[in-house]
Amino acid sequence: MQGIQRSSDKIFDIFIYVIMAIVGIVTLYPFLNVLAISLNDSVDTVRGGITIFPREFTWKNYETIFGFEGLVTGFKNSVIRTVVGTLFGVIAASMLAYTLSRPDFQGRRWMSFLFAMTMYFSGGLIPGFLLIKNLGLIGSFYVYIIPALLSVWNVFVVRSYIDGLPYALQESAKIDGANDWTIFWRIILPLCQPVLATIALFIAVGHWNAWFDTYLYNARVPENTTLQYELMKVLQSTQSGNNYRDPNAQQAIAAVSPESIKMAITIVVTVPILLVYPFLQKYFVKGMTLGAVKS
Amino acid sequence: MKSLTATDVPQKGTEKKRSSVWKRALQQRYLYLMSLPFVIWVIVFAYVPVWGWITAFQNYKPKNSFLDQKWVGLDNFVELFGDERFYLVLRNTLAMSSMGLIVGFTIPVIFALLLNEMKGQFFKRSIQTISYLPHFVSWVVVAGLVSKMLSTDGGAVNQLLMSLHLIEEPVQFMAKGSWFWGIVTLSDLWKELGWNSIIFLAAMAGIDPELYEASTVDGAGRFRKMWHITLPGIRTTFMVLFILSIGHLVSIGFEKQMLLGNPLVTDYSEVLDLYALKYGIQMSRYSYGTAIGIFNSVVSILLVLIANGIYKRVTKESII
Repeated sequence: MQGIQRSSDKIFDIFIYVIMAIVGIVTLYPFLNVLAISLNDSVDTVRGGITIFPREFTWKNYETIFGFEGLVTGFKNSVIRTVVGTLFGVIAASMLAYTLSRPDFQGRRWMSFLFAMTMYFSGGLIPGFLLIKNLGLIGSFYVYIIPALLSVWNVFVVRSYIDGLPYALQESAKIDGANDWTIFWRIILPLCQPVLATIALFIAVGHWNAWFDTYLYNARVPENTTLQYELMKVLQSTQSGNNYRDPNAQQAIAAVSPESIKMAITIVVTVPILLVYPFLQKYFVKGMTLGAVKS
Repeated sequence: MKSLTATDVPQKGTEKKRSSVWKRALQQRYLYLMSLPFVIWVIVFAYVPVWGWITAFQNYKPKNSFLDQKWVGLDNFVELFGDERFYLVLRNTLAMSSMGLIVGFTIPVIFALLLNEMKGQFFKRSIQTISYLPHFVSWVVVAGLVSKMLSTDGGAVNQLLMSLHLIEEPVQFMAKGSWFWGIVTLSDLWKELGWNSIIFLAAMAGIDPELYEASTVDGAGRFRKMWHITLPGIRTTFMVLFILSIGHLVSIGFEKQMLLGNPLVTDYSEVLDLYALKYGIQMSRYSYGTAIGIFNSVVSILLVLIANGIYKRVTKESII
């Protein structure tokens, strides 16, 4: 009996390892494949058969795409909106979260209600679009920052973290003559670092990955384009058979195939996320479970 | 007016109370300064659009002022429910969302269950790190990867199937409408598998280890423990998440469908939001587009209430 138990356990262990190895391969292969193609000579790529190693190594695909004006502008804008948007987003969420966590604050109850309600409904696509239109934000860079300033979810995650801090800290600071702003800035904010790192990651990834706001509000304003939107255009255009319409692109595409271009841009768009991701992993797992348990 | 005169009558107690309210407000001025800007923000960006719902009952023309709009009653809704395309779009939405719901819940639970049973810590952690990764990559990139993997010239899936002799020649996955729902569901699974399992893993980590020890003493094997302890241990988490997702059955978004779709498969890829986008913005029929949005929201709220009602009936608990 004991023997049977043991061997069936062993088989199950092997089964788990096999399944997990498959999951790992299926997840990583597409990235590695695209990376290999982006680093491979584009004429050679047409022969097919590239898996995870480039056959004829070259930087030419990358050199070509960095000559595309749209991409360079898009890259710049994506970086700016990510940095600025994350900075404002984190400060806004933590400031509001702090006031909502103060048990003696008069506005606490009705404000909490006002913000919590928004998690259950949304105006929808068209009323949102009309609002942005009426505010005159179409075609401006602010449309990336202002409408996405706050995420109520993040506010409540930070608030539940502040609720877990000892309240005596604030009281003793108050006795020492600190005002509410000082308490927030000097005491609460430094203590909140782990949770702020979590929401900063979410906000930054959201900004970096956003493309729909560019599509909707800034499609006709080339100087406000973003990297994701440029990639989307390249992917969609070659899917339907047209070439990517960048003034400099026509000639470049003659030298490097659209396929290689697509792969190189995909890598440029993905790499920044891959770079920061391993460092932040411990934070987001914590933040995810914190938010879920509290709600 | 009445209440004002009532409080004007000098009454010592209330007067004192009122002045102390203002005094406290003054004391809390920093708290107000730190929160009121966001109150204005949330009213503008979350509540005003809901007020904008009344455009669905008008024939909204942007060049006219708000009061100058022509009221049309329920005409937009009548037209919506009379449009054949609407039912096709609704079918696509419900098909993809229920497929996503089933696959997006069962597979991550199984994945979490298997991870939970793993003994090698290093391998376990590596797999977790790898499996969370696609969650952080944009749908634009994922759509690009998917169409690359499924392409007919050198796509990995076709090559694999050919080398296994399951197919004779490459299949045009992206060009066939009948494949589209499956492709969307599997892409979503690929992207969110690891991420969706986090919450179940956390729930499993919260199960009292004594339960496992006691059942070992009683002679329960590994599978019995998984069935009788681990799975019941995550039941509440599972149900809460499941009911919340039911609320999103009709509002599944449009990113995947928009990015993975192409003109050949629109009859299968068009979902409610894309339909609203097409009429509402590309054709500038704002009122019609808003009506679609209202339908969306109302159905979502109804679905959550129904799901919660069933859950309450069964377990005598409520989650909202």
